[in-house]
Amino acid sequence: MGRVSVAPIEIERTESAEETFAVPEPDVPWVTLVHNDPVNLMSYVAYVFQAYFGYSKDVAHKLMLDVHHKGRAVVSSGSREEMERDVQAMHGYGLWATLSQDRN
Amino acid sequence: MGRSTGMFESLKGGGAAIALDEIEISILRSLAVQMLELIGPGEPEPAEDADPLAALFAADGPTEPPSDPALARLFPDAYGSPDGAGDEGVDPVELKARAAEFRRYTENDLRTRKREDALALVRSLDALTPAADGAAVLELTGELPMRWLGGLNDLRLTLAARLDITEDDESATLFRLPDDDPRKPMVMAYLWLGGLQESLIETL
Repeated sequence: MGRVSVAPIEIERTESAEETFAVPEPDVPWVTLVHNDPVNLMSYVAYVFQAYFGYSKDVAHKLMLDVHHKGRAVVSSGSREEMERDVQAMHGYGLWATLSQDRN
Repeated sequence: MGRSTGMFESLKGGGAAIALDEIEISILRSLAVQMLELIGPGEPEPAEDADPLAALFAADGPTEPPSDPALARLFPDAYGSPDGAGDEGVDPVELKARAAEFRRYTENDLRTRKREDALALVRSLDALTPAADGAAVLELTGELPMRWLGGLNDLRLTLAARLDITEDDESATLFRLPDDDPRKPMVMAYLWLGGLQESLIETL
């Protein structure tokens, strides 16, 4: 009986370990990064964040300052498709943007 | 820059207006035309009897970044952060493949947008009715202020690439160029366009 009761537990453990390993990586969100450049006007960058993302003036201004002082800022996050759309829009406005998977 | 250093002002009821002299009109038009030449012609409309499948493949854009630095700035890679931030642990070959794929499906649309912005600049300048001295008031309403905003920005990005402006403080250095420096006219245009763009943003 002892053996019989032990066996299922072992199987369960094995199964759960295998499951954890086999399950695909959970959907890690993607982010749109806007990078600093010496040409785009600060007022223009803040305006684009307001106009395209619908951010408030304060949020847009803070993001613009992050781009300017830290060299880049995360301006949006979501699925890869959504971020590709945002990056394309940023390029349309002449901002330098890339997308990457948010591993933080 | 010439006699009138006009800036955009808000129009009552929406839009923006600016007084431009003959030289300013001529410079703006010339820069916008150069932009159109730089971006290049669009895809020709497919003939009615064209194979729809072939037309679909023809619509594919390039996969490599443009070699011209100005075009490379206007059409940057969507994958691959300049300092590698956010791309830790991602194979550079994979990043390049993603950037190529993105470019294939988006660059033509992006070129179309930028072409249309530059074209809007040329058309609104051509629609002006200058006074005897060649000056005119340009009024932008509807979608035109946004087209001009994008168009002016593209012009500045292009001039900056030609002037090799890569650091934040370089425009300050360029501002103090001696008069005989060959870059002087382009620098003057670059700074003037910045002022125009800044004043246009304030009207929005």
